Amino acid sequence: MGEDSEFFFSLIVNGISIGMLYALIALGFVLVYKATEALNFAQGEFVMLSGYIAAALLTAKGMPVIGAIIGTIAIMVGFSFALERVVLRPLLGRPIVAVIMATIGLAAILRGLPPLTFGAETRAVPLPIGDDPLVIGPATVPPIQAIGFVVTLIFLGGFTWFFRKSRTGVALRAVAENQQVAAAMGINVERYFALAWAMAGVASAVSGIVWGNMLGVDVQLALVGLKVFPVVILGGLDSIAGAVVGGLTVGVVESLTAGYVDPYVGGGTKDFAPYLLMIVALMFRPYGLFGKRKIERV
Amino acid sequence: MFHRETGVFKTSYASDMALYPLPIARGTVIALLVLFVVIVPLVFGEYYLSIINLVLISIVGALGLNILVGYTGQISIGHAAFMSVGAYTAANLAVRAGLPFWITLPAGGLMAAIVGAVVGIPSLRIKGLYLAIATLAGQLIIEWIINHVPWISGGTQASIQVPRPSLFGFEMKTQGELYFFLLFFALIAIVAALNLVRSRIGRAFVAIRDQDIAAEIIGIDIFRYKLIAFAISSFYAGVCGVLYTYYFGIANYEQFQLGVSIEYLAMIIIGGLGSVLGSILGAAFVALLPLVIRTVMESVGGFFFAANEMATVVSSMRLVIFGALIIVFLVLEPEGLNRLWRNIRNYFRVWPFSY
Repeated sequence: MGEDSEFFFSLIVNGISIGMLYALIALGFVLVYKATEALNFAQGEFVMLSGYIAAALLTAKGMPVIGAIIGTIAIMVGFSFALERVVLRPLLGRPIVAVIMATIGLAAILRGLPPLTFGAETRAVPLPIGDDPLVIGPATVPPIQAIGFVVTLIFLGGFTWFFRKSRTGVALRAVAENQQVAAAMGINVERYFALAWAMAGVASAVSGIVWGNMLGVDVQLALVGLKVFPVVILGGLDSIAGAVVGGLTVGVVESLTAGYVDPYVGGGTKDFAPYLLMIVALMFRPYGLFGKRKIERV
Repeated sequence: MFHRETGVFKTSYASDMALYPLPIARGTVIALLVLFVVIVPLVFGEYYLSIINLVLISIVGALGLNILVGYTGQISIGHAAFMSVGAYTAANLAVRAGLPFWITLPAGGLMAAIVGAVVGIPSLRIKGLYLAIATLAGQLIIEWIINHVPWISGGTQASIQVPRPSLFGFEMKTQGELYFFLLFFALIAIVAALNLVRSRIGRAFVAIRDQDIAAEIIGIDIFRYKLIAFAISSFYAGVCGVLYTYYFGIANYEQFQLGVSIEYLAMIIIGGLGSVLGSILGAAFVALLPLVIRTVMESVGGFFFAANEMATVVSSMRLVIFGALIIVFLVLEPEGLNRLWRNIRNYFRVWPFSY
């Protein structure tokens, strides 16, 4: 391979490996939207919060790694559960602006709390994995990204199976389709809402551990939440496979613009190139690439 | 205000829609004008006037956002970017062309209106949360452009110093002088908004908010009115940005980041969506909140936090309290301060009887 194509290849590989991690965050977002039609603007803050929890548990004395990971997941599930009960349930049936603003308010709270409780310094999330990067041709992938890749694939497979085959998953889809009819069929809608948030809590906890290990945990970690929007819009807000496709697209686009455009314009394109792509996509497919088209009645 | 409606009969549609619903309202308005034009600048010193000035600027921005979000139902998370468009337009015109404020201010507003209408174009096809994210994209892209194009942002710091506003050779330097400058524009903004929402355009906005397909069926050109809403709202935002620029004497993109967009959304939610009075109350509330927090933290915060951490503590506290207030108002009082005020008024209107 020539030098140019090697550069291109490594950009693509980096884009794919980081894109899978975006997809992991987006999963938490899509799970909630799919079942409850609530748009969670605090997804990035969820990731940050679970990063803090993981950092605290992993550095605690005498705590085995697996225990810390399970602990983080358990705390995040409990947190999402409580959140649904206290904040989002009263907003059921209210205009979409209300839910968006509630999660924005939540994001503000979560962003303000860590400096008050944990202090301002960046914390590490130590995981017992090596530093040797994976070598794929001319490209190298840090081990944590490889792990993230595998975890995302497992989640993708698991959730797809869950929604297609399991009884609970089918019930969740029924709730998403039409709450009233689902309730008439004997499905406890509120319990399934709580379940959807709990699953999102699991996804957030795992993304918090992976991203926290990669970047270190501080308030800046919440900014990865901003990447989620182009991912989920490109993929369609209610499609799990779409989240992965969107994540990969955004990862690759980011990596390519950072490699080819940044040197000419002084950096920072990778933060808004996905958004540009998203707007173009929205003009042609207003419900995302894989999203369901809604039929409205007057 | 507190008045009784006994004996007032409206015999025409015009009188029903009048700006002053009751004869006594004229008196209330005059009393308020006297309060703000004569008494406030006499009573308050420089420091408090500088805070009131910030409230006045916020009122302009909150009114604009409420026209879009509260009246038309189109959410925008990119309003701070529209403000920055106005601010940099005015700053460039003022510095490079040496133009006075009565040209730069409408120019900044117009430029923001054009940019706002462009960002609003997707609203034809997308709505709700997709639109929210599209405006978020607008915010990030505009922020990036201003930060990376030196021709707009004036070099490395991405900030432009502007001269003080002057009228007929009289330069407004002190807070007291700026107060009248800002009060003038805030009043125009309030009266314009009041008139807008009771006009044909305003009613079309409300129809689109309540059910856009139904609105289209009864003959409202949705696309046109949505774009008008974006343009008017961004015009307000642009003027708000210009006022910030003249107030601080500098245009800086850091004053107009995503957090500010959210702050303005908080204002109209706390104040009350779809209400002019609500925008004013919300703007005052949110603009005064940091001051209250700082005062409280400076007096009792010393017991909990070290003095050198105070700056971070205050700004974090502010975020937390903001977020909590947004959620509390959304859950408990969705119509905001405006509703609370109406409840108080209705109670006293028939006082001492229960109805």
